[in-house]
Amino acid sequence: MRDDPVVEVRGLNHWFGTGDARKQAMFDINLTLLRGSFTVLMGPSGSGKTTLLTLIGCLRSVQEGSVQLLGHELHGAGTEELTRLRQRLGFIFQAHNLHESLTARQNVIMGAQVGGGVPDDVAGQAGARALGLVGLSDRIDYLPATLSGGQKQRVAVARALVGNPALVLADEPTAALDKDSAADVVDLLKRMGTARGTTTLLVTHDNRILDRADRILTLEDGRIVSGA
Amino acid sequence: MTRLLQRLFGRLPIGWLQLTHKRGRFAAALAGVAFANVLVFVQLGLMNSMGAATLKPYEFFEADVMISASDANALAEGGNVARQWMLQALADPDVVEGMGLFVGTVAWDRGGNRIAFTTFGIDPARPAFTALGLTDDLDLLQVQGVVILDRLARGLPADEAAAIRPQTPLRFEAVGRTLTAMGTFAGGGGFGGDGFMLASDQTFLALFPSRSSTAPNHILLRLRPGSDVALTVARLRGVISDQSLRIRSYADAAQEDLRYQQTQRPTGVIFGFGVLIGVLVGLVIVYQVLSADVADHLREYATFKAMGYGPRFFLGIVLEEALVLGIFGFVPGVLIGTGILTLMGAVTTLPLIMTPGMAVTVFLGTVVFSTLSGVIATRRLAAADPADLF
Repeated sequence: MRDDPVVEVRGLNHWFGTGDARKQAMFDINLTLLRGSFTVLMGPSGSGKTTLLTLIGCLRSVQEGSVQLLGHELHGAGTEELTRLRQRLGFIFQAHNLHESLTARQNVIMGAQVGGGVPDDVAGQAGARALGLVGLSDRIDYLPATLSGGQKQRVAVARALVGNPALVLADEPTAALDKDSAADVVDLLKRMGTARGTTTLLVTHDNRILDRADRILTLEDGRIVSGA
Repeated sequence: MTRLLQRLFGRLPIGWLQLTHKRGRFAAALAGVAFANVLVFVQLGLMNSMGAATLKPYEFFEADVMISASDANALAEGGNVARQWMLQALADPDVVEGMGLFVGTVAWDRGGNRIAFTTFGIDPARPAFTALGLTDDLDLLQVQGVVILDRLARGLPADEAAAIRPQTPLRFEAVGRTLTAMGTFAGGGGFGGDGFMLASDQTFLALFPSRSSTAPNHILLRLRPGSDVALTVARLRGVISDQSLRIRSYADAAQEDLRYQQTQRPTGVIFGFGVLIGVLVGLVIVYQVLSADVADHLREYATFKAMGYGPRFFLGIVLEEALVLGIFGFVPGVLIGTGILTLMGAVTTLPLIMTPGMAVTVFLGTVVFSTLSGVIATRRLAAADPADLF
């Protein structure tokens, strides 16, 4: 872990809805994620974990407060800037969200080429390497429909990591996996953090992986109640 | 194909992979595009054949100027023109020859099979007005009752037409008179008649006793080689005192007839609408296919959005799909369209053919309208909110 911050959140408030239906979902959130750290975000359903993840991941506009991502202020950032910043992130979803008509390698190539300028052969080799890292060298030309749930999630991990992202945002990546597969995925993310300095923010209810975390944040009713 | 497209686009051909992933649906989509293509081809073929059939009789004659009655919108329509205007026109220094052209329909009842011939009464002593190569038998028309028949006329058996020669003439009765066909020429069926027939003006007047030799349907004029047709037409308009007459170059008369058939006559308007409907059907089919495809892949598109892919990337995918559908749907469309036009042409003797121009026009139209459908379909992409993925 290095000392330079990848994410700095200060005084973040967020609301959903308008008029009488307007409801505050985040209350004065302050948070710093250092480079190479592996942070687990926990909390009951509706506590605001996903909202925080989407705000840091440039998927929602910051309404009040400050979110500095990789040195860029997200409050007031335009759509194009947010899109460009997302190219430097890796997303892992609870549902793998692989493209059904692309093979494992082609899905991973999409992660490699998102920023543009990566030739097909280079992206193809990077895709094969990333799939090798997650133990799927023998499945690179398989379509998602022919892979097991764990294998699909590992492809999604490879897709998130292939572009060497500065920050990986993972939402319940182990929810659909058995114990061994879950451990494999988390260990892989940890290894990448150590080897490449990738920062990981992982939302989970899975107690099996808490012992791997550098830090555990708990969110309740839109407030960080521990670990900040 | 995937590698070829990958090289072409410089990225994974996601549109192609998406479309071909579900082959049954892809085949149905191509069938839809091909169907729309066939619709347009048939309507275009009919419209073009009407144009060709309209212009065909103009090819039978060689003239520079045509004088017609004010209501003569087509060669076989309208009132008569007094022959005296031909004599007046001949006073112009550039007019070297004139001929009255009579037009009427003669029906030959072959016992349940009625052939309607659009019949032209001409002066056989003025062969210069008859297009070269049309027939070598003009002299035969000098004999009363002799005609030259259209061997491609609808309802006239080909072997019977092929046997018609001066040595083996075909005698038949029409409008109560015996006619002798001593030669043939290639015309073809049209929308106003089954074929054509050439007769001398004298034979024509015998077939139409109510008509007068002093009032043909049109007056054809030939000008001195090298003379300016437009200038001569303008001069003739000043000389001929009946201002209601239509004095036009022969080429203009043909084009005005064509425009009239395409825009004023019900058949032309119907065929025009047919083409429009075919295009709209194609547009709707491609839009439906693309729109359903976008809806099916919203989650994947949202994932790509979350990863940092921008609007141009998604527009590229949908346009790629539109092009694939347009191009791959065109191939069966043009093949089936050619087959249907050929079959219809054989049955109706209308000049229904697939021309390279038609194929290129429909192809470009398909690509343009598929692209348009694709652009409209991308509006559904706005519903792909990556924040919903979490």
